[in-house]
Amino acid sequence: MKTTEGRALRLLVLGVVAAGLALPIMAGLWETGRAAFGILPAIGAEQPALVSWRQFMDLPGVRTSIALTLWTGIASTALSLALALGIAGAIHGCMRAGRVAQVLTPFLAAPHAAMAIGTAFLIAPSGWIARILSPWATGWTLPPDLATVQDRLGVALILGLMLKEVPFLLLVTLSALTQLPVRDQIAAGRAMGYAPGAVWARVIAPQVYPMIRLPVFVTLSFALSVVDMALILGPTTPPTLAVAMTRWFLSADSGLILPASAAAMALAALAAGSVALWIGAERVVARVGSARLRRGHRGLCASPAIRLAGLGGIVLLALGAGALLSLALWSVAWRWSFPRALPDSWSLAAWTRPGTGWQTALEQTLILAVSTTALSLALAIAWLEGEDRAGMRRARWAEALIYLPLLVPQAAFLFGLSVVFLRAGLSGGMIAVIWGQMLFVFPYVMLSLSDPWRALDRRMDRAAAALGAGPWRRLVAVKLPILLRPVLTAAAIGFAVSVAQYLPTLFLGAGRVSTLTTEAVTLASGSDRRVTAVHATLQSALPLTAYLTAIGLPAILHRRRRGLSGFFA
Amino acid sequence: MNALELRNVSVRAAGGSPLFPPVTLTVPAGAVTTIMGASGVGKSTLIDLIGGHLSADFEAEGRVVLNGRDVTRLPAEQRRIGILFQDALLFPHLSVGDNLAFGLAANVRGRVARRAAVAAALDQAGLAGFADRDPATLSGGQRARVALMRTLLADPLALLLDEPFARLDPDRRADLRAFVFRHVRERGVPVLMVSHDPDDASATGGPVVTL
Repeated sequence: MKTTEGRALRLLVLGVVAAGLALPIMAGLWETGRAAFGILPAIGAEQPALVSWRQFMDLPGVRTSIALTLWTGIASTALSLALALGIAGAIHGCMRAGRVAQVLTPFLAAPHAAMAIGTAFLIAPSGWIARILSPWATGWTLPPDLATVQDRLGVALILGLMLKEVPFLLLVTLSALTQLPVRDQIAAGRAMGYAPGAVWARVIAPQVYPMIRLPVFVTLSFALSVVDMALILGPTTPPTLAVAMTRWFLSADSGLILPASAAAMALAALAAGSVALWIGAERVVARVGSARLRRGHRGLCASPAIRLAGLGGIVLLALGAGALLSLALWSVAWRWSFPRALPDSWSLAAWTRPGTGWQTALEQTLILAVSTTALSLALAIAWLEGEDRAGMRRARWAEALIYLPLLVPQAAFLFGLSVVFLRAGLSGGMIAVIWGQMLFVFPYVMLSLSDPWRALDRRMDRAAAALGAGPWRRLVAVKLPILLRPVLTAAAIGFAVSVAQYLPTLFLGAGRVSTLTTEAVTLASGSDRRVTAVHATLQSALPLTAYLTAIGLPAILHRRRRGLSGFFA
Repeated sequence: MNALELRNVSVRAAGGSPLFPPVTLTVPAGAVTTIMGASGVGKSTLIDLIGGHLSADFEAEGRVVLNGRDVTRLPAEQRRIGILFQDALLFPHLSVGDNLAFGLAANVRGRVARRAAVAAALDQAGLAGFADRDPATLSGGQRARVALMRTLLADPLALLLDEPFARLDPDRRADLRAFVFRHVRERGVPVLMVSHDPDDASATGGPVVTL
């Protein structure tokens, strides 16, 4: 009977996901927590003690680090959300979601580290913007003494985070909007005397927000615990808590591991607290909003706000494009003296010179990306197919299982996980890194594939079954070909997530696995912009190629199938 | 005995009350029986049950017997019961010819023989030379005829028609109805149709059961 077979498959996949994804996170949190309270047998600490917490709080600049973390994390998320909702309001009805997704592709594909390096190349005192404006507008003939990158308030970090989070939240918002009768509701609102912007703020945004709430929490948790981008763009003395914690963990002084574990736990608590704060703010906004709504003020002021968001979107898009372009430019620059807008001389030396090591890093990056993507895709397809065959909807706890690795700040459990792996003899190898990356690759692959998979007309499957096709033939010959585009899109997203991973590679690879991302971040603190640019360019080019393949391949394979061309474009 | 039999068949939503009173009927080979009923009464659910496509939200009772064999517990693909849905449901990634080849029973062996069978089916549907066409470029009536041919090529032992004419224009409907019943009768298999259109029922000339 098909139901029992489907149930078995579904149970198997859930077991693999629980054991492979949830268990390592729990074990990692447990080990980090134990170390935070003084127990880490590996370095001879076996007595429970609170001393590591006192050490942690006594470390120089800790209070500033905590404040910086909260400020940059919450401000970047709030601004990104406001901007994404505003931009969605500005472009909805003018641009199709598929077209927007194409424009956003390079920004979604670029890893955080590459975007951070590009942003630094762009806005630094000696950056491209200063060069373009000098000396005719600014009078500078030397880079000015301004802290535009790594500034004490973390403005550069917030900007860098927004360059990545606004496109992500915008895409999520636009796909949520397709489930609402937006046009009709705006028409209804306008007929009652509300301007389109006012309808957007009062009617559409409150309906969209619940649909994008989890991605917003994911963004918040990520922004609070981001390391690579904060290393490059964030303040340095003191840095954000996640950066400080990483330094202590990797320090030669093993006495810092216990306070670092306390910092990791503190980071988890900060993330939980921030989400709680956020939920509180949601309530306040909802209450104030509905009170205003009941008064019936037509308040025409929302339209300028939306126009402002549209403008902000264009500025952000230009900055992001400039950042990515400056990466490519620096990788082929030879001499580039300060106030010149373009290099004085060009050279491929940074690419061809031996010893820069990008070939090895590229190879490792590809091995990791291909294996994590293939495994994640197989697991996701098995899960969805199991649900189909069992005829069962996804339980809430199963959905929570997918979100778990994205909601728990990775900085909080990765050290503990490396302890677990060390004990299991996995540490420092490719298997450990593949496993660690899977924790983040799989959820994105699964989330990206779930909706299109469910949107597939059930009766296609039934029609194939009525023609005598068994479950495997239906999967391989009917479902997967029809779903080719979303399957490839999910693969491209998984590939991009893998290429971008920094902390899991660093902690679980024990310094022995170096990818384009870890190399780029290390090089970014050095002096040779050209070699850094080569790594960051490659790092952005890989995911972009994956995305372009996901767009192009179905278009070629299905070029004569009109019924499929409009599927998700 | 070559017939499709329903013995005390009823369906209910999980934990709910039955959608309709238990149905017992026999459709002999070569005959067309029509089940009528208002929309929402559970006609399509009954078709799903007979074909083996009932979703897990439903619980079923009773037996479905085809040519003396109890198929109630068999998966859909092993029942050899063809279905014609309201929509043609041609696979969008396959050409018209490949859609037919997908349906064509596996015991027709050899590339040449299979191609000939597909071409013959297209010919019967008045669509000779359409093998390489994209299904999305066909008209609604053409798609419905391809869908019937695809179902028949699978060599079903019984046929279920789930309001197959409801989506067509009234003037096309009569044409297609005649086309479907002509081909279905030639097969000499039991045919069960659900519909809420009295014209459909009278066109079959067979018995009518109301749910």
